[in-house]
Amino acid sequence: MACVSPDGKPTESGTKMLRALESGLGTPEEIAKKAGLPLFRVRSGLRELTQAGLANQKGEKYELSEKGTELIK
Amino acid sequence: MEEVTEQINRMPRIGEPAPAFEAVTTHGMLKLEDFKGTWLILFSHPADFTPVCTTEFIAFAEIFPELQKRGVELLGLSVDSTSSHIAWVRNVEEKTGVKIPFPIVADLSKEVSLAYGMIHPGQSKTETVRCVFIIDPNQIIRTILYYPLTTGRNMDEILRIVDALQTTDKNAVATPANWRPGDMVVVPPPNTQEMAEERLKQGYECTDWYLCKKKL
Repeated sequence: MACVSPDGKPTESGTKMLRALESGLGTPEEIAKKAGLPLFRVRSGLRELTQAGLANQKGEKYELSEKGTELIK
Repeated sequence: MEEVTEQINRMPRIGEPAPAFEAVTTHGMLKLEDFKGTWLILFSHPADFTPVCTTEFIAFAEIFPELQKRGVELLGLSVDSTSSHIAWVRNVEEKTGVKIPFPIVADLSKEVSLAYGMIHPGQSKTETVRCVFIIDPNQIIRTILYYPLTTGRNMDEILRIVDALQTTDKNAVATPANWRPGDMVVVPPPNTQEMAEERLKQGYECTDWYLCKKKL
């Protein structure tokens, strides 16, 4: 996975996305802008982060999960 | 008698939706829909660690900043593994100093190659030929280019096509032969006799009623 390492920790790009979610719910477009990553990377990365339990999807938006919040402390 | 079976896929065509896919790439698992809202150039190469492909990858990396200015993403593809792609792009960077900034699909199953008609058995049954699919933000195929295994692609032409397509979309015009940004564009031909007569009075540079050009 590109955003989550085999040990379950976020990669550099995964961490950028999680940090972009620190301020609250965001759409992939908003997260891409904040994280400075291409939109396609953010869309695929958010799928991975959600599957890994580091982010939650709420409709069209995403937010940090408790596990994600702990990891970037 | 041995029965020969061949999977025949319908070739994609200009103006049709690009075939959807989900594929393993050097940037993780990507879906076609991840690129929605941006232009995408999906291109295939025959194999990693081969000479013409290496020159093409360096050339694609060189035009990458220009493509980004135009809102275009690049996605490479070949029937090689992710490990092979990673080793190759690392080798290219080590030997030439050029970093490959775009993802490459590892299409070992040939699912994407077959969906896009990238394998031409007359050239090779195992490798993809040099295809270029220019896909618009609505994921409609706008241009298809096929090059043989022995001929490296022309990056100027790929950029020129992107410029032409974006100019057409923005201004509802067409572009003449050998058009370059800044050149005159072709005004769509009139559909009625009345429009043809009016056309000649509109200040365009007209060879005749059906061929009129204007500056943008």
